[in-house]
Amino acid sequence: MPYTPHTAEETQAMLDVIGVRTIEDLFADIPADMRPKSFDLPQGLSEMETCAYFEQLAGKNKTGLVSFLGAGFYNHYIPKAIDNIVGRGEFYTAYTPYQPESSQGTLQAIFEFQTAVCNLLEMDVANASVYDGGTAIFEAMMMAVRAGRKRKKIVIDESVNPIYRVMLDTYTDNIDIDIVVVPHTEGLSNVDALKAAIDADCAAVVVQNPNFFGNVQDFTDLFEHAHANKALGIISVYPVMQSVMKTPGEMGADIAVAEAQSLGQPLSFGGPYLGVMSCTKKMIRQIPGRIVGRTEDVDGKTGYVLTLQAREQHIRRAKATSNICSNQALCALRALIHMSLLGPEGLIRTAELSMERAHYLADRLTMIDGVELLNDAPFGNEFAIRLPINAEEAIEALMDKGFVTGFPAGRYYEGMDNVLLVACTELHSFEQIGVFTELLGGIL
Amino acid sequence: MKTIFSQSVAGRTACLPPMPEERAERFLPKELMRAKRPALPEVSELDVVRHFTKLSTFNYGVDSNFYPLGSCTMKYNPKYTEYIAALPGYTTPHPALAQLPKGAQYTQGSLETMYEAEQMLCELTGMDAFTSQPMAGANGELTGALVIAAYHKDKGNKKTKIICPDAAHGTNPASAVLAGFEVVNIESKDGMVDPEALEAVLDDDVAAVMMTCPNTLGLFENHLPAIVEKLRKVDALLYYDGANFNAIMGKMRIGDVGFDVVHLNVHKTLGTPHGGGGPGAGPVGVCSRLEPYLPNHRPAKADDGTFYLDTDNPKSIGHMSPFYGSFAVMLKAFAYMVRLGGEGLTRATERAVLNANYMRKRLENHLYIPYDRICMHEFVASASKLHDECGVRALDIAKGLLEKGHHAPTIYFPLIVKECLMFEPTETESKETLDGFLDDLIEIIEAGKKDPESLFSAPHNTPVRRLDETKAAREMVLTDEV
Repeated sequence: MPYTPHTAEETQAMLDVIGVRTIEDLFADIPADMRPKSFDLPQGLSEMETCAYFEQLAGKNKTGLVSFLGAGFYNHYIPKAIDNIVGRGEFYTAYTPYQPESSQGTLQAIFEFQTAVCNLLEMDVANASVYDGGTAIFEAMMMAVRAGRKRKKIVIDESVNPIYRVMLDTYTDNIDIDIVVVPHTEGLSNVDALKAAIDADCAAVVVQNPNFFGNVQDFTDLFEHAHANKALGIISVYPVMQSVMKTPGEMGADIAVAEAQSLGQPLSFGGPYLGVMSCTKKMIRQIPGRIVGRTEDVDGKTGYVLTLQAREQHIRRAKATSNICSNQALCALRALIHMSLLGPEGLIRTAELSMERAHYLADRLTMIDGVELLNDAPFGNEFAIRLPINAEEAIEALMDKGFVTGFPAGRYYEGMDNVLLVACTELHSFEQIGVFTELLGGIL
Repeated sequence: MKTIFSQSVAGRTACLPPMPEERAERFLPKELMRAKRPALPEVSELDVVRHFTKLSTFNYGVDSNFYPLGSCTMKYNPKYTEYIAALPGYTTPHPALAQLPKGAQYTQGSLETMYEAEQMLCELTGMDAFTSQPMAGANGELTGALVIAAYHKDKGNKKTKIICPDAAHGTNPASAVLAGFEVVNIESKDGMVDPEALEAVLDDDVAAVMMTCPNTLGLFENHLPAIVEKLRKVDALLYYDGANFNAIMGKMRIGDVGFDVVHLNVHKTLGTPHGGGGPGAGPVGVCSRLEPYLPNHRPAKADDGTFYLDTDNPKSIGHMSPFYGSFAVMLKAFAYMVRLGGEGLTRATERAVLNANYMRKRLENHLYIPYDRICMHEFVASASKLHDECGVRALDIAKGLLEKGHHAPTIYFPLIVKECLMFEPTETESKETLDGFLDDLIEIIEAGKKDPESLFSAPHNTPVRRLDETKAAREMVLTDEV
């Protein structure tokens, strides 16, 4: 029987020590009428059979597609050393570092991850605890509401990823937070309207850069306005692009969040992913999750511990800052190793290669009659185009030709049924882009 | 040990992509660009490999040491699941692809995997429907609490409170609050939920009771039928915190005995690796009357045998994660179930309970065991008497164990036991391992009685010794100076 090492003799010897006759005696507390009505699980398989079953299942996914699908989740190159290092059992099979003396590996890695995030975003404090980019926005909103005392209103830009905005609706359904969505204008944040929505009840304004349509904007002015009105500025960013773009710190954001899938995590059909959370020193007591601090041991040697634990649910229970008690340590380790292997120049080149291909694709696509960019604002590696036909039709038509055209904006935005979001990374070749353009041109 | 940042040398590189033809200035105006390059490490690949390999040796994992953390369940993580989760067929698909026209046809493997995993969890637990969407156990608790809220709202019930026993995991009350409920605490009696204490706070405002069974003391809740009956009278739901479900697989199905909602921590129940605290997955199961409220985009099977995402869920609470949860983690959990089958899962439970009782019995003459009766997969001991006698605390015993090369048990949880040490050996440890650990533990306790000072300074041979947590909180150095 797999993974239980007990021989019959050992089992008997242990039962003798316990003072019972059979294993079943150990379950005497569960009365007969509470036993399973059925337990109709299949027979176990050998490892060989199990692997064959899953190879066959995985084979039912068609992986040969050329995909321009992004929507905030991107297929970047993952250096091979990551799997190798992260696969070490000392990292892989450890638990939350409750005993710091025997968890320095996890603790120092989280400390280094915090450093990398703070340096990339130019913020003061970061954690490694949040599941994904959407939860990170939610937790940021909660931080703002706690810091803002009686303020309950969150102003959010409509061009913040709608996949996250659906999550935020779910998470805030029963708590006293009022989310006000400010409409975008042709894919761009309407900064004046955002400013106008910041009033005495507003705890924070939430924006995204680049936004869902791929456009890049500067929110310095918006955050200044928010601060003048005693509200906070929250920004969601894309870590790869962040290597070249004006940082949340430079814009004066109070809280910066991100989805770090693009830093060394495979797409894997939705997860696990990694939410990045960072904030200014002033907000430190509001940030949820595990935070690692540097300290000394009794001999004066440098070491690391979980710190500020009084905010957490194992101590404050119903009054905790959040219910999050895991940390995404392994995903954070992947992201840290990714950033270490690429270094500043590597991350910048990744961003530039992705942008280069996206702009080349945009130039080619807009040469097709009836295809135009949604707006003429700067963009990174993703952009929105208006087609002469419904975007879903375009997607359907090219799918069987082996190309995933992109994401249909009409899914989340009224009146944008003809708008298609197209993304590139460094992994797209110019040849693929050429074929894609020809095929799309052919159906329009 | 030096950080990766302090090893940085300007100009050194590891894994550089090719040089782009156009640089960022070509695409972004100056005012949208950052002023200076991000201060990330500039190191070689060998620097990276050595640094993290060395760091890993400063860590304990199940692969390297016995890890008897009670309530955390650190069983062996079989390696074949890693192989499966890394199959390109699984790692490649973009999650949104399945939502596009014809996209489901290209993601049948992932959709079938999700669907079958959820079906298997239903049979394992006796629930009617499952969702894989929650991204961790606590996220599952929140999902469950939101589903409970949606159910009551839909029925027109005015429910404001959730009851949490004092032995509950701290995440239970925290999750209930996030779902908009007020938390009512009830005290345990003889280590179990006291039906009378429950009765005293149970009224029409109660939406649900969150229970852990066996509870955090490792004891089976003997009053379960009485509790279920009381709740039904006020239309309150019964929530099962699945943190300890690995103690009853094949012995009791919680759906059969009246639980309405359950979350499972797959790293505890189904042996997925936990990576230093995450990622996890926290699938949630519900009884049929709660099914309409589950998160949207549910994997479903069409009449022709193909799989698709069902979005026709008008009463759904919405989305807990951007897509379908921690897919790769759920995949490992499913692979674990396929490998073990019903018999293997039952056997896992049996051996986990056998190991826990064996440890409890061997320890009873050396540590105070507050509830010294047959336990489930874990049990609680207390160093309170030892503390009174010679000043040795649970913490000192834990550090003594680290010095001997073992991981420590959970200490100071649950909060209701003084100087608490909570042991959970799991099913994957052999008698030999347990005996080795117990011999060392007993030696530590006996040595502590004679010479407490020697224990106060433990551990001596770990990469660092006892760390100054007050200094860490006061000075707050949270990033490396670069």
